[in-house]
Amino acid sequence: MKVRLRLKRIRVAQTVALVLLALVALASLAAGFITPSSYAEQFRDSIGAPPSHRFPLGTDDLGRDRFARLLYGTRVSLLLAPAAALLSTLLAALIGGLAGYVGGGFERFVTSGIDLFLSLPWLFLLLAARALLPLNTSPVTSVAITFLLLGCLGWATPARIIRAGTRTLINADFLTQARATGISGFRLFWRHLLPNLRPIFLAQFWISVPLFILSEANLGLLGLGVSEPLPSWGSMLRELENYTAIFQNPWMLAPVILLVLVVACLQIVLRTEERIPC
Amino acid sequence: MLATLFRQLRRIVLIALIGGLLGATLVRLGPGFGVDERELDNRLGQDSRQAIRSEHDADKNIGMFYARYLKGMLRGDLGFSRSLNRPVTELLRERLPLTLGSLAYGVLGGAGVGLALALLTACWHVPGSNLAPALLAGTCLALPAAVIALLFLWMNVPGRWAIALVVFPHVYRYSKNLLVATYQSPHVLAAQAKGLSSVRILFAHVFAPSAPQLAALVGISVSLAFGASIPIEVISDTPGVGQLAWKAAMDRDLPLLVNITVLIALMTLVANSLADIALAAWRPDVREEAA
Repeated sequence: MKVRLRLKRIRVAQTVALVLLALVALASLAAGFITPSSYAEQFRDSIGAPPSHRFPLGTDDLGRDRFARLLYGTRVSLLLAPAAALLSTLLAALIGGLAGYVGGGFERFVTSGIDLFLSLPWLFLLLAARALLPLNTSPVTSVAITFLLLGCLGWATPARIIRAGTRTLINADFLTQARATGISGFRLFWRHLLPNLRPIFLAQFWISVPLFILSEANLGLLGLGVSEPLPSWGSMLRELENYTAIFQNPWMLAPVILLVLVVACLQIVLRTEERIPC
Repeated sequence: MLATLFRQLRRIVLIALIGGLLGATLVRLGPGFGVDERELDNRLGQDSRQAIRSEHDADKNIGMFYARYLKGMLRGDLGFSRSLNRPVTELLRERLPLTLGSLAYGVLGGAGVGLALALLTACWHVPGSNLAPALLAGTCLALPAAVIALLFLWMNVPGRWAIALVVFPHVYRYSKNLLVATYQSPHVLAAQAKGLSSVRILFAHVFAPSAPQLAALVGISVSLAFGASIPIEVISDTPGVGQLAWKAAMDRDLPLLVNITVLIALMTLVANSLADIALAAWRPDVREEAA
């Protein structure tokens, strides 16, 4: 009875989190219909305006509609973080999967590479890589660079887990049987090993999404993320640096609240998935 | 014990060499390498400019450049910061103590609170007892380090405690799951059935088998804390290494940034190794099992 009640609670929490995530994603995709203003349009007659029917979250110091910027910024963060997570999971699947499959010296080499990557603090690595690239890029290029970097640098942890998963699977009966039929190594890897690692790939993908959202927010707040005028949660958080203004304009906190809500929902979905008894 | 020490030392030296090579390659291939501002002096003739250029000729070969970089590194010379116009060693000597102090507070505070709350949750079997720490950990995990730093700035609390709040949720969640799982293992149930005291069960049968994973958490916490130190030092205007790294990134000062990154990686590795060595000294049997 207790287990059933717990399971019910987990399911309810998961459903609420998924519905909230879907609503936020839908609102960001329908930004053009929900708000008539563009994220870059400046209303010079309403600089720093409080919330009104026209501007639900007021306007910023440049007279831009905060609500429109929040919706478009959500679109950038919510679409590109999963894209970066997909890239890092694919890289991890390729590197970790191959290392586990091939074994021997190659596996030791890859494991050392993973160790090296993991010993570097994530944000330091991002800063170093970001500093190599031009800082005065166009907004669209800056978005691509930021999320490509996140995707390319975030492979190490998933690769380690995928390598371990591959090592566990490599001696499974069905693979031994497949090997005995004489199929090629490539086919064995592609058709038999990778599909059976799918649950690990999915878990790593979903774990990476909130991590990348938070990394983009940190980079944005440091001025190394998405360039203006394109909004993202990170670039919108820069407004909070003027913290004395927050008490007069508490609606400036909307990006933080939305960010916390989305990341918390993603965590609930992930953690409840882990807790559901098989 | 000696074998562990040797293994860790070999690992650190190897990774330092690879990291140094990568760093040197980045600096060598980075834009602006080999450009000397003395060439802009109009009073200099063509021969003088050529002489200045030839000073950098030896550095054009990456292998030669790396050898010189290593030689300098051994002497404690980490190069010159173009943006701050000062030797990197001098800058690090000034700022590193402040960052290390903040990290010590942050890691010890965050790990201490996280572990204490995890222990409380694992030992105290009252329904809902883990609600408050779980909510706090969940909220901290959902906040970027930079926003936590801003919150602390508003509350006029030193930035080092913001590092503790970044470290705390990771330590709490991991150690709670670990301790709860260990408490449910058959050997603990057998010990309880034999009537052993709860303190003895905790230290001898729960903590000891979990020690390798808990020691590994120290290394992860140091890495997390270093990462969090960048936004926290930038937001709270603390003149530490994190702020220096950010300034280097903004000014595209690659020699400075690469040296900081290699140094931070080395320090993280040393922290990991110290945790491993301490564990090997304390419980060699547990360490062997983990290996």
